[in-house]
Amino acid sequence: MSDMKHLAILIKDLEDQLVVCMRCGMCQAVCPVFAETGREADVARGKLALLDGLVQEMFKDPKGVNDRLMRCLLCGSCSANCPSGVKVLDIFIKARAILTGYMGLHPLKKAIFRGMLVRPEFFNSLMEWGSKLQGIFVKPVDDLLGTSCGRFFSPLGDRHIKALAPVAFHQMVEPMNSRPGASGLKVGFFVGCVIDKVFPGIGEAVLRTMDHHGVGVFLPEDFACCGIPALSSGDTVAFNKLVRYNLQRFTAQPFDFLITACATCTSTIKKLWPLMAQDLDAETQEQVAAMASKTMDVSQFLVDKLGIRQVETQGDEKKVNLTYHDPCHLKKSLGVAAQPRTLLQANPGYRLVEMLEADRCCGMGGSFNLQHYDISAAIGKRKRENIEQSGCEVVATSCPACMLQITDMLSQAGDRIQVKHAIEIYAESLARK
Amino acid sequence: MKALIKEFEGVLGKDNVFQDETDRMTYSYDAAVLDPALPSLVLRPTSSEALGKVVGLCNEYGLPLTVRGAGTNLSGGTIPKAGGVVVLTNALNRIIEINEEDLYAVVEPGVVTAKFAAAVEAKGLFYPPDPGSQAVSTLGGNVAENAGGLRGLRYGVTRDYVMALEFFDVNGEVVKTGARTVKCVTGYNLGGLLVGSEGTLGVFDKITLKLIPMPPARKAMMAIFDDINKASETVAAIIAHRIVPVTLEFMDNFTIRAVEDFSHAGLPVDAAALLLIEVDGHPVQVEEDAEKVESLCRQMGAMSIRVAQDAAERDKVWEARRAALSALSRVKPTTVLEDATVPRSKIPVMIRAIEEIAKEFNLTIGTFGHAGDGNLHPTILTDRRNHEEWERVEKAIDAIFDRALALGGTLSGEHGIGMAKSRFLEKETSRATILYSRRIKAALDPKNILNPGKIIGE
Repeated sequence: MSDMKHLAILIKDLEDQLVVCMRCGMCQAVCPVFAETGREADVARGKLALLDGLVQEMFKDPKGVNDRLMRCLLCGSCSANCPSGVKVLDIFIKARAILTGYMGLHPLKKAIFRGMLVRPEFFNSLMEWGSKLQGIFVKPVDDLLGTSCGRFFSPLGDRHIKALAPVAFHQMVEPMNSRPGASGLKVGFFVGCVIDKVFPGIGEAVLRTMDHHGVGVFLPEDFACCGIPALSSGDTVAFNKLVRYNLQRFTAQPFDFLITACATCTSTIKKLWPLMAQDLDAETQEQVAAMASKTMDVSQFLVDKLGIRQVETQGDEKKVNLTYHDPCHLKKSLGVAAQPRTLLQANPGYRLVEMLEADRCCGMGGSFNLQHYDISAAIGKRKRENIEQSGCEVVATSCPACMLQITDMLSQAGDRIQVKHAIEIYAESLARK
Repeated sequence: MKALIKEFEGVLGKDNVFQDETDRMTYSYDAAVLDPALPSLVLRPTSSEALGKVVGLCNEYGLPLTVRGAGTNLSGGTIPKAGGVVVLTNALNRIIEINEEDLYAVVEPGVVTAKFAAAVEAKGLFYPPDPGSQAVSTLGGNVAENAGGLRGLRYGVTRDYVMALEFFDVNGEVVKTGARTVKCVTGYNLGGLLVGSEGTLGVFDKITLKLIPMPPARKAMMAIFDDINKASETVAAIIAHRIVPVTLEFMDNFTIRAVEDFSHAGLPVDAAALLLIEVDGHPVQVEEDAEKVESLCRQMGAMSIRVAQDAAERDKVWEARRAALSALSRVKPTTVLEDATVPRSKIPVMIRAIEEIAKEFNLTIGTFGHAGDGNLHPTILTDRRNHEEWERVEKAIDAIFDRALALGGTLSGEHGIGMAKSRFLEKETSRATILYSRRIKAALDPKNILNPGKIIGE
């Protein structure tokens, strides 16, 4: 449990940020959860009013407030659209930490975050077993999307899941520390859990691309989770452990940029590590700030640092139609939307066709999908319709978590549309050369 | 109460009756800077039939009832009576009909204004009222508040587009007024009474709105002034020259600097004031009007004029205006947005009066707004937690009202009276006006359950 001093610091912080909300209600226009439920407690203004109510001691129901705080995708649409600039996500993340600290973490979450997530070696071997055994519980439903569903009454509900990869990324590749090649640059590669365990092909595409462009890569042994699952459940203990663990791994070797192919990992390292580091020791704070400043999405690195440009080609009748979904944690959190599109258009085999509402949240929201699948799926269906109506054969995005959700939605609808990561599309063009 | 909750659950379904204190807390406020009040129940009817039954039941049991759309009210009109019931309209959000032959649309009260405007525009038609909250505000709320917007100067306000209403009286019986025809003198003009009644006389069920053809051309420009008086006198001059722009917006130096800090739109930060002007209509007329406005601005002493050459430049002009409130609200924690309104020829005097009031009470006031229709938004930037300053804010608001009324103006152009301004109502009208209004209210709502305490007090 967080100590009281820590809580006191966080609460004081909250009060100063809460007064910024002028209750104009403009967040109702963009909140994907509110669009489905129409409940004020689901939209940022309602949640901020509840937190304010707790601070003012107008009522005393921290559990009720926490339950409602958890009905949020942390997509940041409200923040991005807020006239008065309320730092909604900062407030919600901190509030979840304060309330979890006050009430205690759910024992199951405690077991997952503190027993497993902070011990990458143990987590990995557990998942390897899971990967071997999952065939007993799930059966394949869609060959193109590679999805499975529950074989019998299953906690998966109606989900069409991407099963754990038979061989995880960390099993495919050895730890690396290669020198810069022709580019003169070297990157640290922050893989992230979903790419490691479900989409190892994305990790391979990153390495192939770096190799092609003569970029040195540092990939440490037993890399870990960025900490977002723990933090979004208010567990700052597990989160801080993971931040420290990652810092220790990634400060072992010098490199120019830390790249990820996961929008959520990028946003967590760049935004949430520094946000939560405020009460850590000065040395760690400095390390966090330094790491955050050199972290970027892989497309941002390729376009902004290596100068990859889209290719102009003629005779495009053979091109495959491709659409792009903006992950919230890339566009709304970090303002990165042009670079992944440039990367996609650097592959002459595809034609980029924009879908409607490309930057509308897919409804995944990490553990939100586990706790509120009905709302998550309703939001996902709107995304699926927009993808389908774009007339594309492939939908690309920059976040493996979005890929899970989009794959589930397309598979349930029986669409024959492939889901790929932007870096996979780009890496395909390298293979052709 | 338990039996009553059962009854509501029977009508609405369990999921649409919110009893939990935590949920009720989120319906205790709106966008006005006023104290919240906790309702005892929140109800979310999903059909017009259920809405009528809810109204009838509330009356039967004497439960105060406040209808809420998006809760963006700036005068406290959607803050419930403590212990009363909040009725949500956001599940009643169907556009029932858009009639392209007879140019009208029929909507349920919970339709979001901007979504409706977009649906109408997709058919080449135009619904002009565009209140600042249109991205979330509901048409029911717009009608109840008689909402305005940026286009009021040329196109009027919500009232000018309400052709017919079906609403529930306090017993939950349907009352109909108006028609789908351009002309209609059938019966009392109940619509005239209900529009702007802030939920105190009935509960809207269906609203019929007038549509007009989309003007084929428009042109926007920005005129920059080194003297605030020259800018405000230009506003009066444009109107006096019989030109009626769609939009004629004013921004003072404080607002310009706040917007520029916030959006880096390239505004002239040393300008004393800006006018943002748009004309629309037939392309030939648009060109002619734009030229006239431009030369008028120059005659009146504008330092420079930027005419938007294309849609992108036009968007840039309006982006600056739309950012005004956002930018101001970032300066201090509490933003008090006033909307006292004066006859348009009095705009220069009113702007000077606001400057004097800011000095007298030592407050930061940014002024922007719909100068062309006399509806300015002096915006007081403060921190409500600073009690000493808050007292000065309240005195300054009184002073703004006094000056506006002395100039023959009105307390509120478009935000409503609600709770925030009801104690000033007599100042503008008369004791008899209040009593007359209360007699109407008492006759139509004998138990005083329909949004009690709003407009005319209790």
